[in-house]
Amino acid sequence: MGFLDQRFENSNIVVTSLENLLNWARLSSLFQMQFGLACCAIEMMAASASHFDIMRFGVIPRATPRQTDVMIVAGTVTLKMASRIKRLYDQMPEPRYVISMGSCSNCGGPYWEHGYHVLKGVDRVIPVDVYVPGCPPRPEALLEGIMKLQEKVRKETLVKKKA
Amino acid sequence: MLTEFGSILVFFLLGIVFVAGGLIGSWILRPHRPYPEKLAPYECGEEPVGNAWVRFNVRFYVIALIFLIFEVEVVFLFPWALVYKEMGMVAFLEMAVFLAILIVGYVYVWAKGDLDWDKPRPEVPVVSQVAPTMTASRTEHVPA
Repeated sequence: MGFLDQRFENSNIVVTSLENLLNWARLSSLFQMQFGLACCAIEMMAASASHFDIMRFGVIPRATPRQTDVMIVAGTVTLKMASRIKRLYDQMPEPRYVISMGSCSNCGGPYWEHGYHVLKGVDRVIPVDVYVPGCPPRPEALLEGIMKLQEKVRKETLVKKKA
Repeated sequence: MLTEFGSILVFFLLGIVFVAGGLIGSWILRPHRPYPEKLAPYECGEEPVGNAWVRFNVRFYVIALIFLIFEVEVVFLFPWALVYKEMGMVAFLEMAVFLAILIVGYVYVWAKGDLDWDKPRPEVPVVSQVAPTMTASRTEHVPA
């Protein structure tokens, strides 16, 4: 709840126009929280490099949660790391989104049964918006995940949600 | 027509409008949902320890100052290494003089004890003999 956020009971043309502007601005500059945990991070770095150039979507890697919109959890989430992920997610400002990249953070991946130290999916500690499958996913898959997230951001609303 | 200081005034006002506009605009647009975990200091995801405004020991100051000098020295060494083959002996002597100056400073700092973490307590000069100009009544109060 801010000055405008969640203040409107019903939508009208002024609200939707403002929403369109805000959502366009937000989806065009999704700053990314660097969270490379394992080999998926190599693919994430490749996506940032010139060949795939994730920056053309406005995704700029930032080193602090205070400046970021989307956390890309790339890699194996160990139980030790899970509490850190939760804390960093809490420290991000709204609106915040999470992309779970790769099988490990989606569901535990190869450690799903016997990995005594691995969290079976990052969605057990933080809400995930987009799951990118693969082990590891190619950079194109991450780009598609970004585009899916942009579609989701486009539908955000200032209207108060019905309880 | 603006005077010289008039343009500075315009610049100043534009600066205020720019900063205030950004702050007020983001205040209007942003969601505001604070809670204790979010407001906690950021320490790379670790449990925050103490205050964010940590006071550093003043003894780091001298060491940081000395470090700065030798860091600049290294910065000068890199371009020097690039042109060393072309310039030959001249470059070597130039750099030798430059390093010698800095090394003299380093020796001075070392001898002065500024690199020691535990500083020796200042030695209070002990007066064994009373100066001849002092009166007899003053000398009685001087501890042995």
